[in-house]
Amino acid sequence: MDMGTKEICKVSYFDSIKIRAEDINFFYGKKHALKDINLNILKNQVTAIIGPSGCGKTTFIRILNRMHELIPDALLTGRIFLDGQDILSSCIDPTEVRRRVGMVFQKPNPFPKSIFENVSYGLKVNGIRDKNFIEDKVVEALKKSALWDEVKDRLDDNALKLSGGQQQRLCIARCLAVKPEVILFDEPCASLDPISTAKIEELIVELKKNYTIIIVTHNMQQAARVSDYTAFFLLGELIEFGRTGDIFKSPQDKRTEDYITGRFG
Amino acid sequence: MKKEFSQKIGFSFISLCMFLTVLFLFSIIFFIVVNGIRVISWEFLTQMPKEAMTAGGIAPAIVGTFYLTLGSIIFSLPLGIACAIYLCEYSPKSYVVNIIRFSINNLAGVPSVVFGLFGLTIFVKYLGFGVSILSGSLTLAILVLPLIISASNEAILAVPQSLREASLSLGATKWQTIKKVVLPTALPGILTGIILSIGRTAGETAPILFTAAVFYLKGYPKSIFSEVMALPYHIYALMTEGLYPDKQVKIAFGCALILLFLVLLFSSVAIYLRNKHKNIYGYGN
Ligand SMILES: Nc1ncnc2c1ncn2[C@@H]1O[C@H](COP(=O)(O)OP(=O)(O)OP(=O)(O)O)[C@@H](O)[C@H]1O
Ligand SMILES: [Mg+2]
Repeated sequence: MDMGTKEICKVSYFDSIKIRAEDINFFYGKKHALKDINLNILKNQVTAIIGPSGCGKTTFIRILNRMHELIPDALLTGRIFLDGQDILSSCIDPTEVRRRVGMVFQKPNPFPKSIFENVSYGLKVNGIRDKNFIEDKVVEALKKSALWDEVKDRLDDNALKLSGGQQQRLCIARCLAVKPEVILFDEPCASLDPISTAKIEELIVELKKNYTIIIVTHNMQQAARVSDYTAFFLLGELIEFGRTGDIFKSPQDKRTEDYITGRFG
Repeated sequence: MKKEFSQKIGFSFISLCMFLTVLFLFSIIFFIVVNGIRVISWEFLTQMPKEAMTAGGIAPAIVGTFYLTLGSIIFSLPLGIACAIYLCEYSPKSYVVNIIRFSINNLAGVPSVVFGLFGLTIFVKYLGFGVSILSGSLTLAILVLPLIISASNEAILAVPQSLREASLSLGATKWQTIKKVVLPTALPGILTGIILSIGRTAGETAPILFTAAVFYLKGYPKSIFSEVMALPYHIYALMTEGLYPDKQVKIAFGCALILLFLVLLFSSVAIYLRNKHKNIYGYGN
């Protein structure tokens, strides 16, 4: 925990803070899933969250766009600031938070609708009616997510006809279309082959110019390849946080070292 | 050796059961077709009964069954779907909701004549709708409500949680999510339930016995407060009343054939729709 705080002070000199998690504790009923998490996510950087299965990575990122509210019997204490504003406060509309903090899930989950409808969905539910505007945004999002060339002739096809990798890029496009500021990726490549994975990794690096990105991954090489910062979670605690290079080359905590060298987890 | 032998016995037994079941089904259909086909003609389908039910057609009964079925769906559909949405998406997981679910499931097991008596007491007498299409439709609606609720319920629960999450994560409200993602995805399943319940409604006799149906009517019903003739009741009446049983039985089989045909038609449409959407969506039913 000390490590995290020290590192935060150091980096915040040259990077600005997009999301700040303060004293986060989270309970599923009696299970204490997150313990005193303090973490800063920096603007236009990719932050990787690593740790063994069940350590609370998904739980943590779901709090960042208030998706934890769907879970019955859950209890959250602490505060999350997005650009300095406490997004957990009850006077903030969760749909607004979710529009600003988008999410790509572990398993591709396109709607059983056409490719076009999938990407335009977010715009429509946010009240945009202008057909031409929507069309432009859909094309733009599909281009950005490197899917355009593969689907431009069949935008009206059902999205479920796409391959797993294409579906995942479609989900990214769907997320990009609403222009979020932050994108949360929960193991986006878990069910994909190496080629699709490489495409999505390229994409993440590309997206970082305009977005702040958090990616949960079990793949150490992936974390090393795409991220600027890395946070290591273990049993609901944040063990270590720092620049990815530092964490992988010279981890300060014995447990971090054991994990990234594959000695446990 | 021994294992293979017992497998053979088991398999033969299962085949036999299946064969018997199919045999029953086909003999019923065969029996009705053989006995009913002779009276079927264009006149039979389109004309009024004549000569004290011993000649002519059954058109008013077909029309009556159509009205009653349509009416029951109009009443039960919105109620049933709304109820299923509430139970699946809005209700807190509580004791009370479990009791509600339990009651709905039990309602499905209540004998249909009880619904008939209920309809007689409430709609015909208390609310004063009289013996009419309205009373009959409402009674049938209550009868099929549990079917529609449980079909919709299952279809809605089968919509993967990940789709709801995807929708919410894009900034949609819960209501938008239900309207634009959950219901459309659940639609094939809901449709199947509805169509099956149409089949059920069309064939019910007891609920309309006291609430809507009459043996004979001059002309077609004029409003929702009119009495009607209906196929299942017409069969019942032909077999139990009247002075010319020989001639009446033939007509009754004709009616049975038409009714059977209608119900099978509805079921086939339901199965077709379900399969079609299963293929496209992979889930949602
Ligand atoms: N809905 C839930 N109800 C109760 N406990 C839960 C629930 N979801 C997760 N947990 C528990 O909380 C802990 C953290 O879960 P979480 O899903 O955040 O782990 P994770 O780090 O994302 O794991 P993985 O790498 O396997 O995805 C686990 O011990 C898990 O069993
Ligand atoms: Mg997870």
